[in-house]
Amino acid sequence: MGATPDDEFIAFVKRDCPTCVLIEPVLQSLAKQGHALTVYSQDDPTFPSMSGVVDDRELEHSYRRAIETVPTLIRVQAGQESSRVIGWQREEWVALTGAQTLGAGLPDYRPGCGSRSVDPGMPERLAARYDADRLVARRVAVGDLEDEIELCFERGWSDGLPLVPPTAERVMRMLQGTTRAPGDVVGLVPPNHSPATVTKVAINAVMAGCKPEYLPVVLAAVEAALDPAFCLHGLLATTWFSGPMIIVNGPMAAAIEMNSRGNVLGQGNRANATIGRALQLLVRNVGGGKPQEADQSTFGSPTKFGFCFAEDENTPWASLAEERGVERGRSAVTLFSADGPIGCADQKSRAPEGLIASLAGTLKTIDHHQMANAADVVVVIGPEHGRVFDDASWTKAEATAALHAATRIQGRDLGMGTDAAAPVAAADAGTLAKFREGGIQLVRAGGDAGMFSAIIPGWLMKGTLGTDPVTREIQT
Amino acid sequence: MTTTLLDPTGELEPVVRLPRSKPGDLGGLTLGLRDISKSRGDVFLNRLETLFASRGVTVKRYKKPTFTKPAPVSLLQQIAGEVDVVVEGLAD
Repeated sequence: MGATPDDEFIAFVKRDCPTCVLIEPVLQSLAKQGHALTVYSQDDPTFPSMSGVVDDRELEHSYRRAIETVPTLIRVQAGQESSRVIGWQREEWVALTGAQTLGAGLPDYRPGCGSRSVDPGMPERLAARYDADRLVARRVAVGDLEDEIELCFERGWSDGLPLVPPTAERVMRMLQGTTRAPGDVVGLVPPNHSPATVTKVAINAVMAGCKPEYLPVVLAAVEAALDPAFCLHGLLATTWFSGPMIIVNGPMAAAIEMNSRGNVLGQGNRANATIGRALQLLVRNVGGGKPQEADQSTFGSPTKFGFCFAEDENTPWASLAEERGVERGRSAVTLFSADGPIGCADQKSRAPEGLIASLAGTLKTIDHHQMANAADVVVVIGPEHGRVFDDASWTKAEATAALHAATRIQGRDLGMGTDAAAPVAAADAGTLAKFREGGIQLVRAGGDAGMFSAIIPGWLMKGTLGTDPVTREIQT
Repeated sequence: MTTTLLDPTGELEPVVRLPRSKPGDLGGLTLGLRDISKSRGDVFLNRLETLFASRGVTVKRYKKPTFTKPAPVSLLQQIAGEVDVVVEGLAD
């Protein structure tokens, strides 16, 4: 903005607003009375008909003054805004200007109209135009003959699927999803340990296809992933199948319409699909973690495109987040290492004991049927299996304890595929735990029909040698 | 209007893509000679083939249909799959 007098009045108007048209004589009379008055016109520089009208069709002044309604009258004293009146309110205008009379013959009050600077889509466009220096990220120009989506592929930013091109406008819109400052560093992303600023997270969230309201979930997931206990570096680099899996709890899941029911682990829900993808894109782009480079996975897994879902909390069981110390009514993410789901069908058991035996049988084969101390597992109990536990009033703790007991491996069975001639443990070697304490995590989700549950094993390396689940509350 | 994108990376690599680094020597590598179908390009490339072959380098020959158009994708894929290094005669 150009130099302005230290003491003046500033009005914002547009011809398209009937209230602005109504008060045209008021503005003219203020100028005639000798008030220092600058009028910014948002749509027609010939309106109002008077001298001192500034063309603000580009809306820079409206944006910088945070105008939401026209007319708005602002008083500037000693170079600072001291007060403003919104719409036409005769008494307020008189008080603000000190004029004896204003708008004789006009009604006492008329509400204003929406400022053009807050039209749908306009705030982020103006933010990108006038506040882009808040976004610290290198600019990459797309040539006139280049396709921006193809450019994203060519630069190596993509996980293999098309990305939403991260323009400043889209990133500004994404940043409206959080109160955090764009320059805040969320953490250092392996393997390159490059800083993930809120801006970089937002850029990758844009590319993943997130809506701005998902950003707080993405930020919480990034914080959890970068907790040393999660061991993201090792999880990225391992030859095993796993990648990060995000489970969302609390009111935020419903607020952003996440899926916790039918096809919960599959495709088709934007929040489920894009939040997990945003985290993986951040690892790829900011961290530099790419397959066949730092990511040494032998097979990978389709879930490494992004793996995120919400728990169905409409059951008698405590939610995952509650179990992990988050107050009910608050939202949180919990990150696990995870491979793809393995189905367990039991369409016959009508009592928990039978179901425990079925689930345990499948669980004992995780990693290798003769392996004890296997990877942690998340068992997603489907509604029809959940009903069997609920009808018998089994708590989650009881079901979990029963699964630990039923999955112990006989010592004599511990051969791990060794040569048949090799000595194995004695027949009386007793039993060993298939899963460590806390290594079986039950959650509830899935569609109404199907007497199935989904077993999701994680990375072989766990605890202090590898990964532990990490929970973070979702902030604004 | 030119579109500008914000770099999503850790910005450890330059914006402008650098050419791949050149091999220190050609020992054990397969070299492709690509003829762009300009007049007498074959004379130049025949001589190169003789010189490379005399130094024990495995040489394969390729030719695109016309110098007026980019090479067909199938030819680019074939070259990428068969050789480690390419020499191309670009002018008359």
